[in-house]
Amino acid sequence: MSYPTNVKIVKLPCSGRVDILHLMKAMEEGADGVFVAGCLEGDCHYQAGNLRAKKRVAYVKEILDKIGVGGERVAMYNLSAGQGPRFAEIAREMTEKIRELGPSPIRIAKRQAGERPTTEEAA
Amino acid sequence: MIIAKPKPIDEIINEVKDLDKILVAGCDGCVTVCEAGGMKEAQILGSALRMYFRQAGKDTKVDEISLTRQCDRPYLEQAADKVKEYDAVVSLACGAGVQFLAETFNGKPIFPGVNTCFIGVTEQKGEWTERCQACGDCILASTGGICPIARCSKRMSNGPCGGSSNGNCEISKDTACGWHLIYERLKELGQLDRFERPNEPKNWSTSRDGGPRKVIKEVSHQ
Repeated sequence: MSYPTNVKIVKLPCSGRVDILHLMKAMEEGADGVFVAGCLEGDCHYQAGNLRAKKRVAYVKEILDKIGVGGERVAMYNLSAGQGPRFAEIAREMTEKIRELGPSPIRIAKRQAGERPTTEEAA
Repeated sequence: MIIAKPKPIDEIINEVKDLDKILVAGCDGCVTVCEAGGMKEAQILGSALRMYFRQAGKDTKVDEISLTRQCDRPYLEQAADKVKEYDAVVSLACGAGVQFLAETFNGKPIFPGVNTCFIGVTEQKGEWTERCQACGDCILASTGGICPIARCSKRMSNGPCGGSSNGNCEISKDTACGWHLIYERLKELGQLDRFERPNEPKNWSTSRDGGPRKVIKEVSHQ
């Protein structure tokens, strides 16, 4: 199983731990896109963690659309922990989508301002 | 507590887009509990504004702070040095906090970041409902602890009216009829005889009809 090396994984015990601020900060730091991989709907070990994450992702999408960064840069995917190949497929799909969109306007602006790339950008 | 909800980000951007240094000020009181204007919401707004300015090619400085309360002078004064560093403040406090901030920092533009809605309660996480309209003359003792001013769409002193149907108000099937609630509650308390003694017309001068209000507690007053 292989997935694009540009994808940096942040492990959390449940997608319900994903906070609006986590997604906002990742974008603010210059990530081109962020996707949340939660369990299949109805299969959350903590009952509704993935449904909460879904709402938070939708909220962040709305903000990013309004501030000119683009809500399509964040996404929510649902898959089980046993679906490794599906994870790789999603990672490729997301990478493709983001590549088509091009670098995030935040990253472009940071580069123009001559700021040092963050670890995420360097990766 | 006072319930508020965040203003749309585009409305806030429209107010502050030409500024160079902006402070987003949350409040640790009511608006923190109703998830509209605490430190977390200040950080979310701060992050969104920074991203907006970045992509627009502007080097605007945006920082966040949250005050213990924006409706008390000592807490506002604690932020005085910080506020001085910025062109303007976006306050996420209720309307009272926004105004007190503006009064305290005369000459500093202050923008509201939330819409203040009502005095209410937390029904469940993420859901708040109205309970009190601060009319200044509480009649809950005669209405089974349910306020007809806040819960009846017409604020009727005696009800229900003809628009009550199956316990719901005519304005929406999702809105309970306040007077139906009062009836059921008084029935449970064995106090239905209260309906035989209509409430007197309400004196609204203790409410907004009497103009802006003031409370003085002599024993504490200086």
